[in-house]
Amino acid sequence: MATQTHGGAAHGSVKEYVWGLIWSIVLTAIPFALVMSGSFSNGLTLAIILLCAIAQVFVQLVFFLHMNGDSDQLWNTTSGVFIVLIVAIVVLGSIWIMQHLNHNMLMGH
Amino acid sequence: MSTIEIQHEAGYTGFVSEEHHHDYAGDTLLGFWIYIMSDCILFATLFATYAVLSGSFAGGLTPADLFDLNFVAVETGLLLFSSFTFGMAMLGAQQKNMTQLLLWLGITFALGGGFLSMELYEFYHFSHEGAGPTSSAYWSAFYALVGTHGLHVFAGMFWMVILVIHILKDGITAENHTRLSCLSLFWHFLDIIWICVFSMVYLMGVM
Repeated sequence: MATQTHGGAAHGSVKEYVWGLIWSIVLTAIPFALVMSGSFSNGLTLAIILLCAIAQVFVQLVFFLHMNGDSDQLWNTTSGVFIVLIVAIVVLGSIWIMQHLNHNMLMGH
Repeated sequence: MSTIEIQHEAGYTGFVSEEHHHDYAGDTLLGFWIYIMSDCILFATLFATYAVLSGSFAGGLTPADLFDLNFVAVETGLLLFSSFTFGMAMLGAQQKNMTQLLLWLGITFALGGGFLSMELYEFYHFSHEGAGPTSSAYWSAFYALVGTHGLHVFAGMFWMVILVIHILKDGITAENHTRLSCLSLFWHFLDIIWICVFSMVYLMGVM
């Protein structure tokens, strides 16, 4: 049973926040360094940027927002997963549809 | 309908209408979390718009002409570090340590202010170079997306000032702690959005 001070708001510690900061610096430095040096091919760089971004979103969720599988976090996590699905439909769906539209409209001949 | 006696437990999360000075922090935070999720959809539409328009320059300036990654790296650093300092402020609030709370909150405010100033300078600089919001579909989408994020940061800073006034007036009460927890969610959420912005707009923009 969630208590008044606990439900939906887990607490952090200094250690957790320091780790969160270190991880986010590392995961930011990697893609910036890659793009600035331009040492890899565009495809590989793009893949690493995306991976680092996704990893860092998880780092933020776990270390700063304290999301976890606890039962008092159930509704936060459930609504979070639901929104991720909606966001994926909106973003990927829009890009997909608009690219096909451009293709079918023979823009630029 | 007959009246039914309900025994409320310690963590009762139903609708509360009569109790005063009794904030069910868990409910408020879940409600605020759901607001943030709706904000996610707002940003998703802006990201989708940006992605769709990302090649429409109307023969004008492209991001590769204007973006300075060193500048963006500093902006990013300010925001990432402010997420950490907000965490430290929350620890201060949990320990009822007013000095620690206000000190870290002040640092967070300064970092947010630094970020916002840099962003405004960047907008001014881009517009000055000939890439204003009206110059092409790409730049419209750029200013809409990055500007909305900046507006959120501004709202967060405004909220921070109001909350500090509350805290100075009443101390770290349960209500103020709940408000602070909501602001903390909001601030970390902005950081997550910025991660998507710097990856998708700035890094992919100069590739």
